[in-house]
Amino acid sequence: MSTDEQDKALRREQEERLSRVWHTPPGWRYWSAVNNSEVGRWYTATAFAFFLFAGVLGLLMRAQLSVPENTLLPAGLYNQVFTLHGTAMMFLFAVPIFEAVAILILPTMLAARDLPFPRLSAFGYWCFLIGGVFVCGSIFFNAAPDGGWFMYPPLTTDPKLSGIGADIWLLGLSFIEVASIAAAVELIVGVLKCRPPGMRINTMPLYCWYVLIVGGMILFAFPPLIAGDILFELERLAGWPFFDPARGGDPLLWQHLFWIFGHPEVYIVFLPSIALLAMMVPTFARRPIVGYSWIVLAAVGTGFLSFGLWVHHMFTTGLPAISLGFFSAASEAVAIPTGVQIFVFVATMLAGRVVFSTPMLFAAGSLGIFVFGGLTGVMVAIAPFDWQAHDTYFVVAHLHYVLIGGMLMPLLAGAYYYVPLVMGRKLSDRLGRWVFWLMFCGFNIGFMPMHFTGLRGMPRRVFTYPGGIGWDWLNLISTVGAFIFASGLVLFTWDVLVGLRRRPYAPRNPWNAGTLEWLGPLPAPEYGVRSVPAIASRYPLWDQPDLMRDVDEGRCYLPDAEEGQRETMVTSVLDSHPVQCLRVPGNSFLPMICAVLVGASFIGTAFHFYWSSLVVGIAGMFAIMAWLWQGTAVIPEKDEKPVGLGLSLPLYVSGTKSVGWWAMFITLFGDMTAFASLVFSYFYFWTIHEVFPPRWPDGTPQGPGLLWPALAFCLLAGAWGAMLWARARNAAGSATGLRLGLAGAALLALGSASAMLWAPWQAGLTPTEHAYPASVWVLLGWAAAHLALGVVMQGYCLARSLGGKLTARWDIDIHNVVLYWHFAAVTGVVTLAVVALFPLLA
Amino acid sequence: MVKQENPAYGAWLLPWALAACDGPQSALDPAGHEAGLVAHLFWVMLVASGVIWLLVMGIAFYAARGRHTPWQPRRAGRFILVCGAIVPTLALAALLVFGLRLMPGLRAAGEGLRVAVQGEQFWWRVRYELPDGRAFATANEIRLPVGSRTEFLLTAQDVIHSFWVPNLGGKMDLIPGTTNRLVLEPTRTGTFRGVCAEFCGASHARMAFSVTVMEPSEFEAWAAAQIRPAAVGPVTGPGEGAALFLARGCAACHTVRGTGAAGRIGPDLTHLGGRETLAAGILPNTVANIDRFIRETREIKPGARMPSFGMLPEHESAAIAAWLGSLR
Repeated sequence: MSTDEQDKALRREQEERLSRVWHTPPGWRYWSAVNNSEVGRWYTATAFAFFLFAGVLGLLMRAQLSVPENTLLPAGLYNQVFTLHGTAMMFLFAVPIFEAVAILILPTMLAARDLPFPRLSAFGYWCFLIGGVFVCGSIFFNAAPDGGWFMYPPLTTDPKLSGIGADIWLLGLSFIEVASIAAAVELIVGVLKCRPPGMRINTMPLYCWYVLIVGGMILFAFPPLIAGDILFELERLAGWPFFDPARGGDPLLWQHLFWIFGHPEVYIVFLPSIALLAMMVPTFARRPIVGYSWIVLAAVGTGFLSFGLWVHHMFTTGLPAISLGFFSAASEAVAIPTGVQIFVFVATMLAGRVVFSTPMLFAAGSLGIFVFGGLTGVMVAIAPFDWQAHDTYFVVAHLHYVLIGGMLMPLLAGAYYYVPLVMGRKLSDRLGRWVFWLMFCGFNIGFMPMHFTGLRGMPRRVFTYPGGIGWDWLNLISTVGAFIFASGLVLFTWDVLVGLRRRPYAPRNPWNAGTLEWLGPLPAPEYGVRSVPAIASRYPLWDQPDLMRDVDEGRCYLPDAEEGQRETMVTSVLDSHPVQCLRVPGNSFLPMICAVLVGASFIGTAFHFYWSSLVVGIAGMFAIMAWLWQGTAVIPEKDEKPVGLGLSLPLYVSGTKSVGWWAMFITLFGDMTAFASLVFSYFYFWTIHEVFPPRWPDGTPQGPGLLWPALAFCLLAGAWGAMLWARARNAAGSATGLRLGLAGAALLALGSASAMLWAPWQAGLTPTEHAYPASVWVLLGWAAAHLALGVVMQGYCLARSLGGKLTARWDIDIHNVVLYWHFAAVTGVVTLAVVALFPLLA
Repeated sequence: MVKQENPAYGAWLLPWALAACDGPQSALDPAGHEAGLVAHLFWVMLVASGVIWLLVMGIAFYAARGRHTPWQPRRAGRFILVCGAIVPTLALAALLVFGLRLMPGLRAAGEGLRVAVQGEQFWWRVRYELPDGRAFATANEIRLPVGSRTEFLLTAQDVIHSFWVPNLGGKMDLIPGTTNRLVLEPTRTGTFRGVCAEFCGASHARMAFSVTVMEPSEFEAWAAAQIRPAAVGPVTGPGEGAALFLARGCAACHTVRGTGAAGRIGPDLTHLGGRETLAAGILPNTVANIDRFIRETREIKPGARMPSFGMLPEHESAAIAAWLGSLR
C-alpha cells in the first residue's frame, strides 16, 4: 500500500471511531442525548413552540380588542392571556432562544466538539421544558397567573385577589431562571476555555463576545429577580410582610427588584440578535467587520449601562425629581452604544460590497423597525413625556418595535443564515421574501397605529374599551395588521417543518463566510469538527487558505478518539494556549431525572404539598450528587495524551486551569448578586423608615443582639480556616488531614448556621410582624442555607476521599469546594455585620 | 399637525394621523397647561425623530445597494465615530436639556384647592378640600375650576392604581401606604375622561371617571351644592326608594348624607343623580342604568366588591334607582 492509501485508511478509521463515540442512540434512548447539537435542536424547537403559543395569545388579545365592548374573552381570562403572553415571550422564548441558538452554534464557531458541561445543558433544557409546560399549561385550567408579567404587589400578594396563578408564576419561573443561569455559566465557560489554539480573546468571533457579555448580564440580572421571588413567596406562603405597607413593607421594593432584572432583560434578549447580525454583515459585505473593538466596547457599554436604567419603568411612582432626571439621562445614554453597534454594521457595508440575500432582507427590515423603536424609546426616556405615555398603547407600540425589530427580525435573519448549518439545507428564498413582506407590512399596520391609540388615552392591559372615544378603528387596523404579521410566521413555520425537507443539501460554506462555524461539510457529522485547527485570524476561512483541507485530513489537533472517549480542547482564557484535553461526559438520562425531581419539588410547593416537595427535592439532590459522582472529576487512565501536531496535553487539571473551577466561580458571582439584592432590600427599608430598626416597647432598637452573631462569626471563621487547612493537608498528601479538616469544618459550619438562626429566635424577632424582622430572618436564613449547602459539599468530598476519588493528585473537588467556601464565608460575614452591627449605628 | 415620518409609511399614515389627535381622552388634544407642554414636546421629538430615521435609512440604503466604491477602513472608522458617537451624544444632550427643563414647571405647587383621591377596586374615592376649609366627599367624578392649579393627593386603599387625565396632564400612581402629589392646571372648559392606568385587577378596564372643567363661578356653585346633604327631587314614590335603600342593606356600604346611610366601604352616593357618569365612568347616568347596575353589578364590572342584587324584586331595584337618580 502506498503512503497515500495508508493515510486514507487511517483517516477512515479515525472518522469511524469519532462517529461511534459521538453517536446519538436511536429509539427511546435518543432522549438521553446530551451533546450540543441534539440539546440545541430541542431547545430551539421548544422555545419556538412557546413563541408560537404566546403569539396565539397575542392574536386572541387582538381579536378581543378589534371592536369596542367585545365579549369574546371574559375579563378574567383576558387578564390571564395578557399576563401569559408577556411572561412566555420573555421567559420562555426571548431568553431561552438565545441560549438555544448559542448552544447550537457556539461550539462550531470555536471548533469545539461540545460545550464543557454537556449534561448541564441537557439538565437546563429539561428544566426549561418542564417549567414552561407547567406555566403555560395552567391557562387550560383557568389557573394561569393574571397579575401582569411584572406581578406588582399588593394585587399579587393578596390571597383574596390572586389565586394559585401567582404561585405558578413565581415558582415556575424561578425554576426556569435557575436553568437560564446554568446555561449562562455553561456558555461563558465555553467562550473562555474552549476556543481553538490561537484564537486569542481579541480574535474571537463577535458572536462569542456577545455570548460572554449576555452571559455575564444574566448572572447579574436574574439573581435579583430570584431574590425578589423568594421574598414574594415568603410573603404569600408565610405572611412575611416585605411588600405590605401596613407592616413596614413597601410595594415599590418589588418594582425595584423586578426592574433591576427587567430592564437588563431587554438587552439580554436584544444583544444576542445583534450578535447574529455581527456574523452576517461581514459575510455579505465580503469583508471583515470595520471597528471590531468599537462594537465590542459598545456591546460592553450597553450591557453595563442597562443596569442603570431600571427606574425609567417607575417614572410615575412619585420618586423625587432628582432620581427622574438621573435615570432619564442614563436612559438616553444607552442609545449611544446601541447606535455605535448599528453604525459599525453600516460602516462595514460601506467599506465592502454588499451581496444581497434573504438574511440581509430581514436584517434591513430589522434596522428600519428597530431604529424607529429606538427613537420612541428616546422619547419615553424623557420623564415628562413618559408621564403621558407610560402604561399606554404608546409603550406597547414602542416595546414591540424594539423587540420585534431588535430581536425577532434579526433572529429570523439568523434562521435563514444558520439553518443550513444546523439542518444541512437552505430555507426557500422565494418564500423568504413572502415571509418578510407579510411580517414587515403586517407589523407596521398592526403596531404603528398603537402609538396614536396610546396618546389618545388608551391604557394597556384593558380587556375592553368603550366605543366612540376615538379608539375603535385604530384598534381594528391593529388587529388586521397583527393577523397579517402572524400569516408571515405561519408561512415561515411551514417552510421550516415541511418545505425544508424537500430541498437538496446546501454546498459546503454556502454563504462563503469567513468564520469557523462554516468549516465542516453539510450536513454536519455528529462529532462536529473533524480535527481542531490552530487559528491565526478573525476570519480564518478567508485568511488561511489550506485550513479546510488540513482539518478534513485530520492534520490538526484531536483527529481521533482512540480511547473511545468524547474529547475537546481546553485552552487558556486570554491567549488560547492549549492546557487540557477535556473528556466530556456522554449520553445519560440522569440530567432528565434530576430536572424532573427538582421540577416536581418546585411544582409541589406551588400547590402547597410541602412535605412531598421536600422529599422529592432531597431525592433530586441525591440524583444530582449521583450525576456529579460518576460524571465529574473522572480520574483518567493516564496522565496525558498526544493530541496531534506533536503536542501532548494533560487529561486532568484542577484549580484555575479547570473548567469546573471557572463554572463554580461564575455561578457564585450570580449567587452573590442575589445576596446583594437581599442586602439592598434590608437597606431599602432603612431608607423608607424614619426609625429603623423599629423599637421594642422599652425604646431600645430591635435586633438579634451581639452574642450569638459573634459566636456564629467565630465558628464560621473556624470552618473556613479548617477548609483551607484541609486543602493544604491534601496537597501535602495526607488523606487523614483532609478528612479531619473536612469533618471539623462541617461541625463548625453547622454550629455557625445554628447560631445564626438561634440569634433572631432568642431575641424574639417575629418575621410576620414587620418587614425588619422579616429582613433579618431572610438574610440569616440565606447565609445559614449557604453554610448547610457547604456542609453537603464537605460530606461529598469526604465520601470522594473515602472512595479514593479525591487524593493529592486528583484534587478538583477540594479546590472547587474551597472556592465555594470563600464565597460562603463572605456571605456569612456580611450578613452578620449587617444584622448585628447595623442596629448599633441606628 | 402631524409631521410625516417617511414617504413609505406616509401614504396611509397621513389621513388618519390628522384626525388622530382630538378626543375626550387624548394627550394630543390638551386642555391643561401640563398636557400642552408635553404635547408640544411630543411634536418636536416626532419631527426630529422623523428626520433622524430618514437619514439613517438613507445611509443604510446607500450602503446596502453595494454600488458605491468601497470605503477605506479608516474613513469607515471615522464614520462610526461621527455618526455613532458624536452626533447622537450632541442630539441626546440637547433633547435632555429641552425635555427635563419642563420638569419644575410640571411639578409646581397648587393654589389652594386640594382634591384627595383614593383608588379602590374599581372606583375613585374623592374628597374636596376647598381653600376656605370647607370639605366634602364624592366619588368617580372630578370637577375643576379653569385657570388655577389644583393639587391632587393620591393614595390607594387596596392595590396600586394610577390617576390619569390625558387632556390635562401626565399620570401619577396611587400606591397603598404612600401619598403622591400631582398638580393640574386646566386651561379650557369642557368634559374629559380620566382612567386608571395601572393594571389593578379584573375590572381595570372598567375604572374611569369624568372630569369637568368649569368657570370658577360655576365651580363655586357646584361645590356649594355638593356640601349640602341630599335633597330628594320630585319623583314618584321617592320615599319608597329611600326606605328600600336603607332596608335592603345598601347603607352598610354607601353614604347618602342627610339620610341614615353612612357606610364607608363603597362610593358616596349623596349627589349621584348629578354626576356625569355612572359606575366609575362606564355607563351614561340614567335611572335605567342605575337599576341595571344594581342588578348586574358583577356582570358589568367583573371582580367588583359589590355583589349583584339581581335577587331584589324588580320594582324594588327600580324604586331605589329612581330615588338615587333624583339625588342631584
